[in-house]
Amino acid sequence: MVLFAGIMIYAASDLPYRGDPDNLMHAEESITGTTVMGNYFIKNAYRDARTPNMVTVVLGDYRSIDTFGEQVVIYTAGLITLLVLRRSRRRSE
Amino acid sequence: MRDQFQSPIVLLGARLLSPYIMVFGWYVIFHGHYSPGGGFQGGALLAASLLLIRVAGGSKLAELQIQEFATTPLAVIGVVIYFATGLVAMIMGGYFLDYAQLPIPGMEADWLRYTGILIIEVGIGLAVMAILVMIYDNMARGEDYG
Amino acid sequence: MIWELELVIYLFLAVSAIVALEVRDLLVAVVMMTVFSFLMALLFVAMGAIDVGFTEAVIGAGVTGILFVLVVFQTSRKSND
Repeated sequence: MVLFAGIMIYAASDLPYRGDPDNLMHAEESITGTTVMGNYFIKNAYRDARTPNMVTVVLGDYRSIDTFGEQVVIYTAGLITLLVLRRSRRRSE
Repeated sequence: MRDQFQSPIVLLGARLLSPYIMVFGWYVIFHGHYSPGGGFQGGALLAASLLLIRVAGGSKLAELQIQEFATTPLAVIGVVIYFATGLVAMIMGGYFLDYAQLPIPGMEADWLRYTGILIIEVGIGLAVMAILVMIYDNMARGEDYG
Repeated sequence: MIWELELVIYLFLAVSAIVALEVRDLLVAVVMMTVFSFLMALLFVAMGAIDVGFTEAVIGAGVTGILFVLVVFQTSRKSND
C-alpha cells in the first residue's frame, strides 16, 4: 500500500504544472499533427451560440448527442429501480 | 420513512429551507448560460428540495407535493422534450439536434442555438428531478410492503 | 490556487476516506462519505473546474447522502466485518 502510494506520488511529480499555457494539451496541433478541437470551441463558442459560459455550449450544442445519451442512461436507471422494487412488492403480497 | 424518526423541529427546518433550494434550482437551470450550472445540477437541486420534505415529513406530507404516480410521466416528458427538439431540427432540414434549423421566426442562427440550449436544459432538469424522486419513492416504498 | 490550502484539503480528504472505511457505525460512514465528496468538490473548484465541482457538491453531498441514509435505516446499522 505504501509502495503503491510512493509510486503514484513519484509518477505525479513528473506531470506538468496545471494551468501552464505551454502544456501539450493546449497546443494548436497535437503530436500527430492533427488540430486540437478545443481551440475551435474556445474561439467560436460565444460567436456560435451567444452564451458566455463555454461549458454550457460544449455540453448543450457541440456535444449534445452525448448529453442525450447521458439523460437516457439516468432514465434507464430510474426505470430499473421501478421495475425491480415494484416486482418484489407484488411477490410479497 | 418510519414514523418514529419524525420530529417537529426537523420538519420546521426543512419547511423553511426547501423553497429556497427550489428557487435556487430554477435559477441554476435558467441562468446556466451565464454562470456555472445547467440542467443536471439544477434538476438535482430541485430533487434535493423535494427529498428534504420527504425525509422530514414522511410520505403523507409528500403526497401533497408531487404524488408518486406523477414522477414517471414527468421523466418521460423531460426525455421527450430533448428528443423532440432534435427531431424538429432534423425534420426542418438540418442534422439531429442542430438548433439553427428550429422553426422560430425572426431569430438569427446564434440566438436560435441559445434558445435550443435553454429548451434542452429545461428537459434535462425535469427528467433528473423526476428520476431522483422516483428512485427515492421506490426505495422508501420497498420497506412498507416488504 | 494557494498550495497550502490544497495540502490541508488533501490531508482532510485522506483522513475522511480512512475513517469512512474503518468505522463500525454505518451512519458515521455515510456522513464521512458526504464530507469526502464535499472536500472533493472544494478541490475541483480549486483546480478551476467549477461545473464539475458544483455537480459533485449537489449529487455527492446531497442526493447520495439522502439515499444512503434511507438504505441504512431500512437495513441494519452496524457493519459486520
